[in-house]
Amino acid sequence: MITLTINGKAHQFNDDGDMPLLWALRDILKYTGTKYGCGKGLCGACTVHVDGQPIRACITPVSAVAKQKITTIEGLSKQGEHVVQQAWQALNVAQCGYCQSGQIMSAVALLERNAKPNDQDIELAMSGNICRCGTYQRIKQAIHHAADLATEVKGS
Amino acid sequence: MKQIENVSRRGFLKKLGISSTALVLGVQLPSMLTIPKALAGVAGTEKFAPNVYVQIGADNIVSIVVHRSEMGQGIRTSIPMIVADELGADWQKIAVVQGLGDKKYGSQNTDGSRSVRRFYQPLREAGASARMMLQQAAANQWQVDVNETSAVNNTIVHEKTGRALSFGSLVTAASMLTLPETSSLKLKAKADFNFIGKSDVALVDGEKIVTGATTYGFDVELDNMQYAVVARPPVLGAKVKSFDAEAAKAIAGVIAVVQLPDLTEPVVFKPLGGVAVIAKNTWAAIKGREALAIQWHESKHQSYNSDEYKKALAKSCDEPAKILRTKGDVSKALSEAKQVLNASYYVPELIHVPMEPPAAAAHFHDGVFDIWACTQTPQSAQASVAQSTGVAVEDVHINVTLLGGGFGRKSKPDFVVEAAILSKQLNVPIKVMWTREDEIQNGFYHAVSYQKLAAGLDSSGSVIAWQHHVAEPPIGSTFSKGADLIATEANLGLIDMPFDIANVSCAAGKAPAHTRIGWMRSVTNINHAFAIGSFVDEIAHAKGLDSKDHLLSMLGKDRKIDFSLENAEYGNYGETLEKFPVDTARMKAVIEKVSAMAKWGRKLPKGHGLGIAMHRSFVSYVACIVEVSENSDGKISVDDVWMAVDCGLAVNPERIRSQMEGAAIFALSYSFYSELTAKNGVIEQNNFDNYQIARFADAPTTHVEIIDSDAPPGGVGEPGVPPIAPAICNAIFNATGKRYRELPLKQYGIV
Repeated sequence: MITLTINGKAHQFNDDGDMPLLWALRDILKYTGTKYGCGKGLCGACTVHVDGQPIRACITPVSAVAKQKITTIEGLSKQGEHVVQQAWQALNVAQCGYCQSGQIMSAVALLERNAKPNDQDIELAMSGNICRCGTYQRIKQAIHHAADLATEVKGS
Repeated sequence: MKQIENVSRRGFLKKLGISSTALVLGVQLPSMLTIPKALAGVAGTEKFAPNVYVQIGADNIVSIVVHRSEMGQGIRTSIPMIVADELGADWQKIAVVQGLGDKKYGSQNTDGSRSVRRFYQPLREAGASARMMLQQAAANQWQVDVNETSAVNNTIVHEKTGRALSFGSLVTAASMLTLPETSSLKLKAKADFNFIGKSDVALVDGEKIVTGATTYGFDVELDNMQYAVVARPPVLGAKVKSFDAEAAKAIAGVIAVVQLPDLTEPVVFKPLGGVAVIAKNTWAAIKGREALAIQWHESKHQSYNSDEYKKALAKSCDEPAKILRTKGDVSKALSEAKQVLNASYYVPELIHVPMEPPAAAAHFHDGVFDIWACTQTPQSAQASVAQSTGVAVEDVHINVTLLGGGFGRKSKPDFVVEAAILSKQLNVPIKVMWTREDEIQNGFYHAVSYQKLAAGLDSSGSVIAWQHHVAEPPIGSTFSKGADLIATEANLGLIDMPFDIANVSCAAGKAPAHTRIGWMRSVTNINHAFAIGSFVDEIAHAKGLDSKDHLLSMLGKDRKIDFSLENAEYGNYGETLEKFPVDTARMKAVIEKVSAMAKWGRKLPKGHGLGIAMHRSFVSYVACIVEVSENSDGKISVDDVWMAVDCGLAVNPERIRSQMEGAAIFALSYSFYSELTAKNGVIEQNNFDNYQIARFADAPTTHVEIIDSDAPPGGVGEPGVPPIAPAICNAIFNATGKRYRELPLKQYGIV
């Protein structure tokens, strides 16, 4: 028995501890906002936070994250009110949208450790997230916009 | 258990809340059949056959059915924009309903960049007829002339008296009225548009996407659903020799192992065969599949080796088997030319890699299929499932989920059939998921191509001869066993070469297919535009002319080209030349526009270069200029891309810009990185580490401008792709003096 704490809620997991967190989230616990893209940690579609750090859920066994704090896209803001979610909507970043859960989770982690990233910081932090639709340019703009929004929120 | 949004046919109608207080309208298209009975009973207009339904409820909610698949192009936003504009609807009162797969809608094949192109007019008419009936209902109630009323924000108003009635309050009365004749419809003037042509409309699914609340094909969850992956033949047509079902079943969670029927060519949209492993979760299914220890019989396609195949294609270019366009006498002109330029171009086999691989969930029960799939073509999914399972077409209900990218892969419903076969056999809901490896190694590929071009110049330097030979395995081989000559592919940037040259010849050599060949975003425009856009630039440099000036001069006088006068059967993307001409004036206009945007001709820093290309496809025109720079290690980066697009009237400019931005990245991916190779019939790449696409740091800043136009709307999703690769290579030549004629560029160590 493994306890998985997801978005603040504890879940009992009784299956194979070697199962990648991605499939535990999606198939067993029904958090389908976290996406499959490659299964090899190459594309970032499955990015979630474990104790605040972005990790690739497709190559992280469930047993490795027991008792740690897991945050998925569903755990940001259900109403889409997180500044990053707001910025994404303001700039109409998404095309198909499939990779955007992972993009957003990587962006949130970046902004949590660097409130005002420059273009190079963004390119580095986001280099593991692929978008086949090619929304990179807007993602970059949206991260800058989110940084500005966060400053405004703090300042107000 | 998570409830999915889309429901089967009965539930769909229930969800729409069809009732006596709902006004339901359809649009008539010539090719369509009858209205669904449940709706016909309400509208009382059985002769009307809708492709789009507008339903207005007593609650004042306007439901708009989107019958096309959303895969990132924004159609779930653009269709409602068109309908709502003519209707005079309040955007906040619109509910978007995804249409089921049903031939009653007309074509739902979301490919070929034609959703807006084909449905703009019918959608406007749908909105206008609904609005006019609501106006009439209000006018009747007020006893005023209908021409004194107007529709604003879900309300009919009588300006003279200041009276107003909500759409919802007029539903019952409007339902009693007869539908206006199409000829009597009063469509809005462009100046009066509220949504069409505006850039401030937020994406319909924007909030759900950023909260992870959307449902893609991979995300479908059904009660008691089981998870399946399939081991498919590594070589096309290889049949299963043996496998260890017991070893797979020994994996905890594995429920069943099912051998699928062997494939017989032509492949069409049939499953590839192989062995399915069904389990309680995806992980168990994947582990079970690894344990199968499958052995395969030999297949004739194991003769496919990319190196040798490339040589064969090159040879085939010299032995054209089909002449596709002839004007004048190219052989004579080439022999008499003062100078002849020759160049060969190669683009490897490519694959779509949508971020979401194919996935479908099927539930066979009570003799019917309820299916959810990320399909671009719900009707061919329906027909293919019916054919493979013997269930009647009308009993196959295809719910279209959001698509995590499509790019043409999800136009082929083989994956949907797999789910259907398994659900029927095991009598449980089954979700079939393709892993990334499956998607890359068992795809419907963009054909590898070899092209040889020759140009003859006279003593004044004018181009008097143009010869273009291609060899590429045809899409026709997917539908007709052994087909080895291109057909409709020739329409995609080959025979519609627009330069004003006295002697022209286009021809194709034979190229047998050894993998499934399909269509991928902009299809063979990719290859043909790369060759033509590069070669015309090579001619400019050979003549010592400015690339842009030369490009304009090659296009000649303003004219509308009819290729049938040059012995070419040109399809023009299914459109008439009257409505969508091949217009060199529009080509020149996008070239001039993009040149102004990029400040063509400006002095550049050392190591920088600009490259230009223009291409018309899907009846739209795109010119682009690319700026590249070479760093001290000899590595090239694409810094900026400028794109000028003339797609006729711009319905959703914001999504047009995003499609152009995405097209630049799509083309950058295959220009720089992507390549599939085959060894003994097996595709050697299998994931993003060896089938690379552009990442964040590769992305240029893309600047897009849309030509203001009143011409009918043209394609948007694909036309941005073709001109990028030649512009990149032309820019690299200007930066470094090196000409690259084979993609991807990573083979040269410059990226």
